Amino acid sequence: MSPRVPHSQAPRTLFEKIWDAHIVQKQSDATPAILYVDLHLVHEVTSAQAFTELRERELTIWAPHRTIATMDHSTPTGLISSSGRGFTSLPVIEADAQFQLDTLERNCKDTGIPLLPLGDERRGIVHVIGPELGLTRPGMTIVCGDSHTSTHGAFGALAFGIGTSQVAQVLATQCLLQNKPKSMQIRVDGRLGPGVTAKDLALALCQRLGTGGATGHVIEYTGSGIRGLSMEERMTVCNMSIEMGARAGLIAPDETTFAFLRSRVRLPATTTWSKEMATWRELPSDEGAVYDALVTLDATEVAPMITYGTNPGMAMPITQTVPNLETIGEGSRRDETQRALRYMGLEAGATLLGTRVEVVFIGSCTNSRLSDLRAAAAVLRDRRVAPWVRMLVVPGSQAVKRAAESEGLDQIFANAGAEWRESGCSMCIAMNGDRLEAGQLAVSTSNRNFEGRQGAGGRTILASPVTAAAAAVTGVITDPRELHGAMA
Amino acid sequence: MSRSEWKFESRYVVISRENIDTDQIIPARFLTTTSRNGLGPHAFHDWRYAKDGSLNPEFPLNRREAAGTRVLVAGSNFGCGSSREHAVWALLDAGFKSIVSSQFADIFRSNALNNGLLPVQVSREMLATLMSAVSADSVSPTVRIDLEAGTLRVAEDIETSFVIPPFARYCMLNGMDEMQFLVSSLPKITRYESSHPCTVDTVDATR
Repeated sequence: MSPRVPHSQAPRTLFEKIWDAHIVQKQSDATPAILYVDLHLVHEVTSAQAFTELRERELTIWAPHRTIATMDHSTPTGLISSSGRGFTSLPVIEADAQFQLDTLERNCKDTGIPLLPLGDERRGIVHVIGPELGLTRPGMTIVCGDSHTSTHGAFGALAFGIGTSQVAQVLATQCLLQNKPKSMQIRVDGRLGPGVTAKDLALALCQRLGTGGATGHVIEYTGSGIRGLSMEERMTVCNMSIEMGARAGLIAPDETTFAFLRSRVRLPATTTWSKEMATWRELPSDEGAVYDALVTLDATEVAPMITYGTNPGMAMPITQTVPNLETIGEGSRRDETQRALRYMGLEAGATLLGTRVEVVFIGSCTNSRLSDLRAAAAVLRDRRVAPWVRMLVVPGSQAVKRAAESEGLDQIFANAGAEWRESGCSMCIAMNGDRLEAGQLAVSTSNRNFEGRQGAGGRTILASPVTAAAAAVTGVITDPRELHGAMA
Repeated sequence: MSRSEWKFESRYVVISRENIDTDQIIPARFLTTTSRNGLGPHAFHDWRYAKDGSLNPEFPLNRREAAGTRVLVAGSNFGCGSSREHAVWALLDAGFKSIVSSQFADIFRSNALNNGLLPVQVSREMLATLMSAVSADSVSPTVRIDLEAGTLRVAEDIETSFVIPPFARYCMLNGMDEMQFLVSSLPKITRYESSHPCTVDTVDATR
């Protein structure tokens, strides 16, 4: 029994424990809680206006040592050859994007916020490098001007996306005003089958809950189906929490978490590993803790998933057919499905197996880590990307890129005819030259199939790295379980 | 914004789609700006303009009747997806003062409140009533929104109440914002920090 938790106290969830520990001032009828932020991640696209606001209000950065900046969203990922001497430099990107990168560099220089700029070997997608640098830890509050901040919840941290006005607030005070969200337990029992991944689990939950089903809630993922996942798989699941509308998604820290942290976390002299561990071990939800909502899922029944529509909730097992409009019935859901299918160029009631694809994208903060690249490479080994398919493989960070290269994954991708690129958000957000042309159909390991998300007029089918790789080699939507190499 | 400005009336424009994500409100390719201003012309860009850049006459915002409307009535789960505050800036710059829906995504709602864009959440039934009150030629009745009273009224017979979190409401009515409150709380924040030693150091981690 923890010495810090009185016996009389009601059982609390993981979320409540983190929330309580970060209250600077309690929520009242008149004001929200003042919530302290342990770690603030900053990138180029959502920060410039916040720094401007601080200058206009004559405010300074409260805690530069709790803040870290990187460049990922509008950075280029392609290398250009320099007069035949191999690949040496990043191509010129558009002037606005360059100005945005320069602005971040200037803002960090002026304020003392550490920056991992283009060219830094530790740079990468903000949600990939947080854990890599050992900055993401259990029990923390973590925010970023990016909705996929929920990724860090995999470590038992309360991590959520914020707008630029809030970025300014955190820069100036290291705090946010927050009304306490509700809690939702998503219990996943059983093991995922061969060829079925954490991404499929996340998409199955998106299908179940829809894009707004968890709005107002912080999700805690529990159960044997979650405990059995690696940290990278847990990050994939927590990453997609926002696609169900959730404020955040988290998983209680356990031995898997601690093993990941052990090699990465650097602690100051004021604390010790065993002291931190003791605190982290108290984080998991107490027996009998109450959630506002409960969703259960049997992992053994999850199949490889794909999306057919224009939001992540429009997902289905790859072997099923697109919903039939007659069975959907009348009303807004039918209209929405019809509109989505028209945009996607897909038929109601049809199977998507065998549908020709033009682009395959492996990357994004959802699926760009080493295990994702290994899974894709296992499918591509000794195979070729179909001649009509363009395949991009974009590692989540420069560290992931180096690790992949050290085990020869880049060669497997290159030999298969895929493009092996520098790290960044790339074709997930299409701000940087990596984009679909209008009408192109892509299978993508990213997180959003919204209209135009990967380029104006582009059409996105979300899937796991193995399903995406299977589509790349066959050139059509393919059940990865039919391909040797995808069954790891 | 002052008290009187939060009691206003306007005709409204309807986009009946549900789950309108912030990528539709402002596509990512316009996010390379470093300003909060000037995004209005790009609001709903890919729905509003045809591929050749001409206005799509079918899109509600492009109809003559939409000119000057300050209120957008939209389907459930408005503003889902990306946290980009640019979506709110674009809607404000396009002339909107309030969005009415039966559900708002969390981050969008927070961004809206921080910028003086009023997110009015109504029941599904009321949303359907507002949408069906628009005539075949897209002319809407006038809606009256009163933040202080927390009411939305259309004609004499249709009225509903809505809730804005008390602090956000206070800020909007009194021309204040969250930043001012947080900055005034810095002594408390300092006290919190002194009893919660910092174990993370980004400067050290990136040295």
